[in-house]
Amino acid sequence: MNAVTYLEAIGQAMREEMQRDEAVFLLGEDVGTYGGAFKVSAGLLEEFGSERVIDTPMAEAVIIGSAVGAALMGMRPIAEMQFIDFITCGFDQIINMANKMYWRSGIPVPMVIRGPSGGGVKGGPFHSASPEAWFFHAPGIKVVVPSTTYDAKGLLKAAIRDNNPVLYLEHKLLYRLPELREELPTEDYVVPIGRAITRREGEDMSILTYGAMVHQCLKAAQSLEQEDDLQVEVIDLRSLVPLDREAILESVKHTNKVLIVHEDTLTGGIGAELAAILAEDLFEYLDGPITRVAAPDVPFPYAPPLEAAYLPNSEKILAAARKLAAY
Amino acid sequence: MRLERADLLQIYYLMRLTRAMEDRTRTLFLQGRVVGGVYTAQGHEATTVGAAWTLGDGDSIVPQHRDLGMHLTRGVSPRAVMTQWLARGNSPGLGRDGQIHIGDMHHGIVPMISMLGESLPVACGVALTMKMRKRSTIVMASMGDGATSTGPFHEALNFASVQKLPIVFIIENNGYAYSTPTYQEFAIANLSDRAIAYGMLGESVDGNDVLKVVETVGRAVEHVRSGNSPALIECKTFRVRGHSEADKADYVPPEQREEWLAKDPIPRFEDYLAREKILTQAKKAEIEEQVKAVIEDAVSFAEQGPAPDPVTVADYVFAPEGPIAIIGEPGADDSRYINALDHRTGKPFNTVTESGKPAFVATEEVGRR
Repeated sequence: MNAVTYLEAIGQAMREEMQRDEAVFLLGEDVGTYGGAFKVSAGLLEEFGSERVIDTPMAEAVIIGSAVGAALMGMRPIAEMQFIDFITCGFDQIINMANKMYWRSGIPVPMVIRGPSGGGVKGGPFHSASPEAWFFHAPGIKVVVPSTTYDAKGLLKAAIRDNNPVLYLEHKLLYRLPELREELPTEDYVVPIGRAITRREGEDMSILTYGAMVHQCLKAAQSLEQEDDLQVEVIDLRSLVPLDREAILESVKHTNKVLIVHEDTLTGGIGAELAAILAEDLFEYLDGPITRVAAPDVPFPYAPPLEAAYLPNSEKILAAARKLAAY
Repeated sequence: MRLERADLLQIYYLMRLTRAMEDRTRTLFLQGRVVGGVYTAQGHEATTVGAAWTLGDGDSIVPQHRDLGMHLTRGVSPRAVMTQWLARGNSPGLGRDGQIHIGDMHHGIVPMISMLGESLPVACGVALTMKMRKRSTIVMASMGDGATSTGPFHEALNFASVQKLPIVFIIENNGYAYSTPTYQEFAIANLSDRAIAYGMLGESVDGNDVLKVVETVGRAVEHVRSGNSPALIECKTFRVRGHSEADKADYVPPEQREEWLAKDPIPRFEDYLAREKILTQAKKAEIEEQVKAVIEDAVSFAEQGPAPDPVTVADYVFAPEGPIAIIGEPGADDSRYINALDHRTGKPFNTVTESGKPAFVATEEVGRR
């Protein structure tokens, strides 16, 4: 047994699914010989050959579009975006081609689009994106965001086995984080899409979050316990589409206060929808304003002081939580 | 590609059926029975029918909005087409989408979207699957001149070339992208020259001469099927009517339209068939009767179809869980597979198989398929 990184868990999921199902294959820029810009697919070319690990030209529309075509044929392609920012170059293939296909034709599109998202690595405005809200808003694609090594593997396996387009957003900051190293089960497992998980239980407040922010929220929750004697519940959404409404409502019903945290920008983000759901469904339960912590409504900046000012972190979460707790 | 007498009559029948179905669709539009936009392709019949004629079992088409001729040639049901135009609840799109945005992978027909050019990367994925599964089948992906200006066109041609994918790209150069004439779209004489840049076979052909189209595209199909490289064939034709029925196309100089009307592919082919004593007056009358009967059947079937149930408006966004078959492999139509049937309805896909009057002339001479 040895503990693997979040990044290795992604590679394991692809390898095992490719071994299990001949319909699964990977295509993207530099995924074969080079093993991917972050080495997520290292070793796959050697094991499966160039027909199933396809190095493509620098052309996202044809990477995603080919995945759609293969999926229509019953294959289960995994299309890698070298950085998730580049997904915009293939936007139409998702929004108009993949998303609407089953709904208008009855032909399923079982495919995964995955790639490194998120900031904190000095990636600047074109290598730091959190693009989930665009796809959250577009019916026809599932969106999952793993925050742990166990989930990174289990959610990717579930995404590959799903009969629909699934956007799998891995966070590049978590790729090699030592504290996320984990020993994974030797037997096959999936993390079902559509189920949130409670990372920490509490009575005083719920924090709804996902992705890398889960860890910032857990840190803040620990401070709130130690310094403020507050028991904060942290819900890791894991799946944004479909959303686990039941888990969200259940948590907020018993804590009566809710803080929503995401790395993406504030306006029109996932938090806006969560706030609307809570305001509509749990109006009588709320003992304080639904509060959001998110990035400001500006493009992602490059310089370290600006990046630090831009990204939500445990201190910003702590400050917002204290304000909310005071109600 | 060798064409027997029966083939020639079949091709003629399909060209006539295509023209007449579009004429009828236009009438339905003017009567207010087709509520959305209507896009037709008068003048394209030699290109669409001729190109699709060259394909065989297991091949796929990735057709666009002016490709009714390809659909019909590959066996798409006129009933399915009419239910789709009339937005019926039993149309292939279940009223979610209109026009000829229909398909059935088991019969090699990929549904298009309105963003022209975007189907070409998808065609690459279908061809990639054929290559991975070591098949000898091919894909025919069509587009207008307009789509050749898009990024996905270039991405798809390049990828197809790098991967040696079995695709014949067909450009239907009809002179205009909506109102934009070709000289404002590109600065070369032949769009098939784009093939040079991608190291593939390229050829331009008179798209209004069905025999030339069959010959040229047939050669490209053989080239691609042998695994050499993809091919790009430009069929030069003309869009006689507007972009849609809402477009009077008054930007087209009258003499240009006159010139092309004189080259109308259907009378041209009729003259040839008459000269060769293949199309007699009696045979022609018989074919017209058949065309009329097929269309009447399709329209009346569509009109009797149910309207989509508003209660279902939020349905069908996601496909259910379950095994997926690789299309074209033995047993792929086993109902245990999620993609064997149209799971929205639990019934077989009806783009091709919706029965009705046969789409082909069923006489002794014309009964090949």
